[in-house]
Amino acid sequence: MIDRDTVRHVAALSRLELHDDEVEPMARELSAVLGHIETIAELDLDGVAPTTDVVVARSGLRPDEPHVSLTRDAAVDQAPDASDDGFRVPSPQA
Amino acid sequence: MTDPTTLSAVDQVAALRAGDLDAAGLFAAYRERAAADDTNSFTWLADGPDDAAAAVPDGARARSVDGPEPTFDVPADDALSVRGLPVAVKDLFCVTGVPTASCSELLRGYRPPHTATAVARLQAGGATVLGKTNQDEFAMGSSNENSAFGAVLNPWDRTRVPGGSSGGSAAAVAAGLAPVALGTDTGGSVRQPAALCGVVGLKPTYGSVSRFGMIAFASSLDQAGVLARDVRDAALVLAHLTGAADPRDSTSIGWQGDALGLPSADRLDGLRIGVPTDLLGEGIDPGVRASFDAALRTAEELGASIVEITLPHARHALAAYYVIAPAEASSNLARFDGVRYGNRAAADDLVSLYTRTRHDGFGPEVRRRIMLGTFALSAGYYDAYYGRAQQVRTKVVEDFATAHEQVDLIATPTSPTVAWGLGERTDDPWAMYRADVMTLPQSLAGVPAISIPCGLDDGLPVGLQLSGPAFGEPRILDAAHALERAIGFDGTPPRSGRTGEGGAGGADATSGGGAA
Repeated sequence: MIDRDTVRHVAALSRLELHDDEVEPMARELSAVLGHIETIAELDLDGVAPTTDVVVARSGLRPDEPHVSLTRDAAVDQAPDASDDGFRVPSPQA
Repeated sequence: MTDPTTLSAVDQVAALRAGDLDAAGLFAAYRERAAADDTNSFTWLADGPDDAAAAVPDGARARSVDGPEPTFDVPADDALSVRGLPVAVKDLFCVTGVPTASCSELLRGYRPPHTATAVARLQAGGATVLGKTNQDEFAMGSSNENSAFGAVLNPWDRTRVPGGSSGGSAAAVAAGLAPVALGTDTGGSVRQPAALCGVVGLKPTYGSVSRFGMIAFASSLDQAGVLARDVRDAALVLAHLTGAADPRDSTSIGWQGDALGLPSADRLDGLRIGVPTDLLGEGIDPGVRASFDAALRTAEELGASIVEITLPHARHALAAYYVIAPAEASSNLARFDGVRYGNRAAADDLVSLYTRTRHDGFGPEVRRRIMLGTFALSAGYYDAYYGRAQQVRTKVVEDFATAHEQVDLIATPTSPTVAWGLGERTDDPWAMYRADVMTLPQSLAGVPAISIPCGLDDGLPVGLQLSGPAFGEPRILDAAHALERAIGFDGTPPRSGRTGEGGAGGADATSGGGAA
């Protein structure tokens, strides 16, 4: 149901590297799970509204008042690589 | 006096208030037991009661990452005090300065700059953090075998799983390594391990407990919950987790139910308990069914009436859940890219940094769910999977609303089986997913539910699930308390405990002799 090309495509969308020997098992496992999930295709759901969340999240803006927020030091403290005041990463183009 | 760890949490805090027990001594007693644990329930232990709190800079209990400094309403009633009570905390709750990895290799060693509201509220009430507990990675699992810290062993039989994803919290409470523990429940992750470990597991109404500081799995379903040895202990902790809405979680709506206290009911007169016949077909172990039926008879003896009901779409909840939860997870876990926190794989360019970090950092089940969720949200498939799953969710919500026109509470077995053997289901994802077939409908509907032990099948605990309408916790707790007293389950795992040769994930199962 899900072939190897689809697996590679979805992995790319997920920013998830898959090794060559991991593609086939992933295709098999996802196909098996989707086979069970497709039972919901049998239901007549015409006109049924979707439920995203059972509570209505508060929306709108909070008052624009100064408050304490995370300091720069604390923000970069747990980074795998930080320099000066930022997160350091390799160039987008290698 | 007697060993304080044999007392309930309610009795412990009463003894602390009366001066018959001191907090440091109680903490040390649990610390010693937890340090000698052979179930692999903990990922980190505090050295002392102030250890976790001391890691907070400037004395702030829960520095807000972006927003006003929070204050927490603590229950005023002395009977609801948690001052001096040690609490075990599932690893995915952030605690400032304390290792928090959601049991993922990707986050091993991470020490967050903030404390989850659920933990901070307990600390504000005087409770202390005993340690962090093992779980399935990012709460994805039903057996606690998907942990970078190794599998957890069931205290009742160390060759078997404790359930998941809050397996460490359930096992720790069952083995008497902690009086109470925090867990989280997305599709059954508090209730199912509670059932498999013979303890009480409470999942509150969605929105009633802040999710701030919980490392997210599926945001529309995740809810903090309690694992405890009895119903009153669970109620004690719930009173602290709930309160005013948390400005730092937009889906936190504050407690809107009747006042929470310690349940005392011993009768169920007039209570209508619905039994959904369409969920009780195939796939339930005969021994589980027998314990469940016996619990229903006990409920009738206490004055309740048992009413057959239908939840016509509940059997589709499993499929809907395994679209919705992975879809939300694929989005939530996008933040783990090796840039701002966590561990990073070596790479020469930015995209390879992301993809390798995520390949090496995530375990197989997390990768599978990210793939499943991304697929369900991708162009061409969105309507057929995610869209339909959300429509099924609407029907499940309606089913519960209709049922509650007829009945006050709904009862099912919590899990269709007792605890299974380590490694038994790891090669068959769907068999693993089916473990939550009884608990997923309530999660999709966002309603509160509890699991209490109701008997043994072949020496292993069986759980009874009771759910009710949103904010129905007081009634659920009362009914569960009355049933618990009438059933009289002995929650102490056998001292001789069956032992194993080691967990599938490399946990240390060494000696015989139960922890309790």
